[in-house]
Amino acid sequence: MDYNIPDNLKYTREHEWVAVLEDNIISLGVTDYAQDQLEDIVYLDLPDAGLEISAGDAFGSVEAVKAVEDIYTPVSGEIVEINEALEDKPELCNQDPYGEGWLVKIKCSDMSEVDALLSAGEYKELI
Amino acid sequence: MPYIPNSDEDRKEMMDALGISKIEELFSNIPEKHLITDDWMEYPGKSEQAIVKEIREIAGKNNVENISFLGGGAYDHYVPAMVNHVISRSEFYTAYTPYQPEVSQGTLQAIFEYQTMICELTGMDVSNASLYDGASAIAEAALLITGHTKKKKVIIASSIPSNYKKVFSTYSKGGKYEIVEVSCDDGLIDRDQLKGLLKDDAAGLVVQYPNYFGNIENLTELSEIVHEAGGLMIVSANPIALAILKSPGECGVDIVTGEGQVLGNDMNWGGPYLGIFAAKKELIRKMPGRIIGKTEDVDGKQGFVLSLQTREQHIRREKATSNICTNQGLIALKAVVYMTLMGKVGIKEVAKQCMQKAHYLSDKICAIPGFKMKFDKPFFHEFVISCPKRAEEICDRMLDDDIYAGIPLDDIGDSNAILIAVTEQRTKDEMDYFAEKLRKL
Amino acid sequence: MPEPLVFDLSKKGRKGYTLNDLDVPEKNLDELIPSELLRSEPARLPEIGESEAMRHFVRLSNMNHHVDKSLYPLGSCTMKYNPKVNENNAVLPGFTGVHPKQPETSVQGCLEVVYKVENILKEVTGLKGVTSQPAAGSHGEFTGIMLMRKYHEVKGNERNVILIPDSAHGTNPSSVIIAGYSVKEVKSNEKGTIGLEDFRAKLTDDVAGIMITNPNTLGIFECDIAQIADMLHEKDALLYMDGANLNALLGILKPGDLGVDILHINLHKTFSTPHGGGGPGSGPVAVSEKLVDFLPVPAVRKTDHGYNLEYDNPNSIGKIHGFYGNFGILVRALTYMEMLGKRGMRRVSENAILNANYLLSLLKDYYKLEYDSPVMHEFVVSSQWQKEKGIRTLDIAKSLLDFGFHAPTTYFPLIVKEALMIEPTETEAKEVLDCFAEAMKEINEYVDKNPEKLKHAPYNTPVRRLDEVKATKELNVKYKFPEDEE
Repeated sequence: MDYNIPDNLKYTREHEWVAVLEDNIISLGVTDYAQDQLEDIVYLDLPDAGLEISAGDAFGSVEAVKAVEDIYTPVSGEIVEINEALEDKPELCNQDPYGEGWLVKIKCSDMSEVDALLSAGEYKELI
Repeated sequence: MPYIPNSDEDRKEMMDALGISKIEELFSNIPEKHLITDDWMEYPGKSEQAIVKEIREIAGKNNVENISFLGGGAYDHYVPAMVNHVISRSEFYTAYTPYQPEVSQGTLQAIFEYQTMICELTGMDVSNASLYDGASAIAEAALLITGHTKKKKVIIASSIPSNYKKVFSTYSKGGKYEIVEVSCDDGLIDRDQLKGLLKDDAAGLVVQYPNYFGNIENLTELSEIVHEAGGLMIVSANPIALAILKSPGECGVDIVTGEGQVLGNDMNWGGPYLGIFAAKKELIRKMPGRIIGKTEDVDGKQGFVLSLQTREQHIRREKATSNICTNQGLIALKAVVYMTLMGKVGIKEVAKQCMQKAHYLSDKICAIPGFKMKFDKPFFHEFVISCPKRAEEICDRMLDDDIYAGIPLDDIGDSNAILIAVTEQRTKDEMDYFAEKLRKL
Repeated sequence: MPEPLVFDLSKKGRKGYTLNDLDVPEKNLDELIPSELLRSEPARLPEIGESEAMRHFVRLSNMNHHVDKSLYPLGSCTMKYNPKVNENNAVLPGFTGVHPKQPETSVQGCLEVVYKVENILKEVTGLKGVTSQPAAGSHGEFTGIMLMRKYHEVKGNERNVILIPDSAHGTNPSSVIIAGYSVKEVKSNEKGTIGLEDFRAKLTDDVAGIMITNPNTLGIFECDIAQIADMLHEKDALLYMDGANLNALLGILKPGDLGVDILHINLHKTFSTPHGGGGPGSGPVAVSEKLVDFLPVPAVRKTDHGYNLEYDNPNSIGKIHGFYGNFGILVRALTYMEMLGKRGMRRVSENAILNANYLLSLLKDYYKLEYDSPVMHEFVVSSQWQKEKGIRTLDIAKSLLDFGFHAPTTYFPLIVKEALMIEPTETEAKEVLDCFAEAMKEINEYVDKNPEKLKHAPYNTPVRRLDEVKATKELNVKYKFPEDEE
């Protein structure tokens, strides 16, 4: 099966994508592969903005009908925004994982953590 | 051999197909030193007629004939004949957890109806499909509120049944919550003490309704006090009492647990019983146990499924809201059949009769010199009598007159107190007889 | 036509009960209880006559699959036949009418049942102490881990981790967490059993013990278990055996002889008590000598003057059930145990193993076998071959329903992709197994011939494939009364 893995994003081994928005702000979501494996996403458990996180922390979860996966942050910093639209429309993660289905925005304390993530090519190898 | 349909010929055929000559070859991977070598096979089983006789004889050693005023968490209510007819149907009792909903709609819909009825009685938004019993249900509720509030301290009223307290304490040893007790010296919760305890960062309060002594707390006031301090309010309720008492939901309570034995189940020497668990909708994703939800099939036809399964252990494993797998499905079915038959009017009638009779008996006993109510508080169908003699002695003496007088309350530090319960099953004659025997002591 | 909700059958003024008239002088309700403590609106329970109510529940029952109808091959659930004499014995008035607070002298029959069940379980498990208080397997797990906790506490051992193989039931890790430990996973090896290397590496000084299901969830006997026990005991850690699959071992071996310290037993699996649509179960726990002191109170003892309840045990973990556990289930289990005798128990396990192996032999050419090790009472095949052609395990499970069978356990254990976990039990006849295998073969043929048919199964069930996404997204967990609709 062919998955949409855009070249301009960074990826994690936990099947998340990271996009650099401006300076030290990134957005994060689940990949096309992840949403396909989970099937219908029905609920997102996301923290409030303002939470301080360190790379490797599980800070929320994505729930499908019979599966649930933790969301790990690959970077340290502070969650500055969460995608409120997902509360009513969790299916956005399935329909548009790289667009309207983004999960959180994070203000990074160390941008080199972003550089160390997988490239699209490396992530394709992984899946 | 009983219950094994295959004959020796069948087995031979199957073994031939597998290319073996002895069944033992199938477990040749078990190291031989572990295999049983003693005289195991020298003990054959019994016939059905022998076992029926034996078990009847054992059952005959119990005394279920006495006039009983025992309560304390298990009560002798009348169970309509239909209840046992329904739950004795193979379709219900030989089915498993409804994992394949297309062939489990009977169980699923019945539990959905159960959830609705429990919500009606408790005034809560959502009920699960049941837990083990009333005691473990409060422990599960404590796990929920400590997880939810991120505070560890749970205040319990000392008027929680003593057996519940013990179970609650065992569960706390896992380190998920700490217990502080608020006293109820005059039969109800000491408000001032409660306010003091709440100041110190508590997750919430657990109250029994009516409490162990039969007294009725004012839940509205208690909820206000608890909520003001940022805690959650858990009420462990008797569902029969809820037919006439103000529902916990009306009083602002957050979680209602309870012992559902009274809803159409026999006393069975303590089990299997039914743990009720219901809550406000905000807490639904943190609730333990199975929850049934309504949906549609591909043709748009109504159907029911296990909902919110990702809370549960089989999916979330170490992050599950609880380790519980089974509910008390068949006992929940008993409850739903009972509530259906008694209905809106009947369940109130049962509650009313219990209460009227209990008050009749308490008046009768208090008219005997030396006997009086220990607490002067509104009560439902159970009350504590202070006796002129040791309660245990009185209960023993009453056995000679074929009466189970009640439960001696040594465990609350009053050896002269007896807890007496009256249900709709007791008649005026039985109560008069009991009072007369007490008078003659 | 769907069956209406019981609330839709309700009509004002209908009655399904009778009660004696109140025979004491009636007082006004608010004379007895202040009105602010009374309910303002009655609970909206239905109003319906007995005959209509009975029909409602009978119609509901008709929509259930159940063991008395046909095969129910859920792996690790041991859906065996529930003997009818069990039920008759359990509902004797001498048992059902007993109040749990009656004096000991008046409940000698109940105490005898508990004593006998616990003794038989000691014999079967080769362990020294048993409590029958836990109300279910998961409750037994919690009890077992609390016993482990108490053991280390008393010995002054600082332990905080429990090892669990990656093939374990989800209950194991969640029980561990509730008991206040953390979980470390041990990897299975290529044979489908615990990888000794990985186990050795993870057996650090902070390990309290390991929980092992044996035979494991693949139906494979953990043949290194005795060695694992020795390695644990060397570090004063404990071996917990999850007895979910004990149906494979009766009279063949005693877990106590393997070095097991704690074992929970599901009476509703191995000992034929009914599953009741999801309970009540019963999950007694058996322990080795060094843990006997910590068992829950009260314990049932036999004395010269009959049986009694022993509360006096300062080392006990305490009480774990409101009263004494699911007593009614013990009556059923005792009936079954005594009907079988030790000889019959051995035959149960032998036949369970034979049935599973026979069924596997019929299926393994059509469904992939991930671990080709000898199996005991159950086995796991995978529909990976079918998945490659676009048919999921779910489709196969749903298709089986149309053949009149229940589906096997699916997508478990997690270490096998597209898993189908099958446990026929000893109470199925050879031709039932043949018939089931035929159905599985026919479904496999459809994968090529008519895959669309499988994707939309089932067709002949009371309802068809249900929308679980809707059920979770648009949560609807109780009846909506017309007057509440906006």
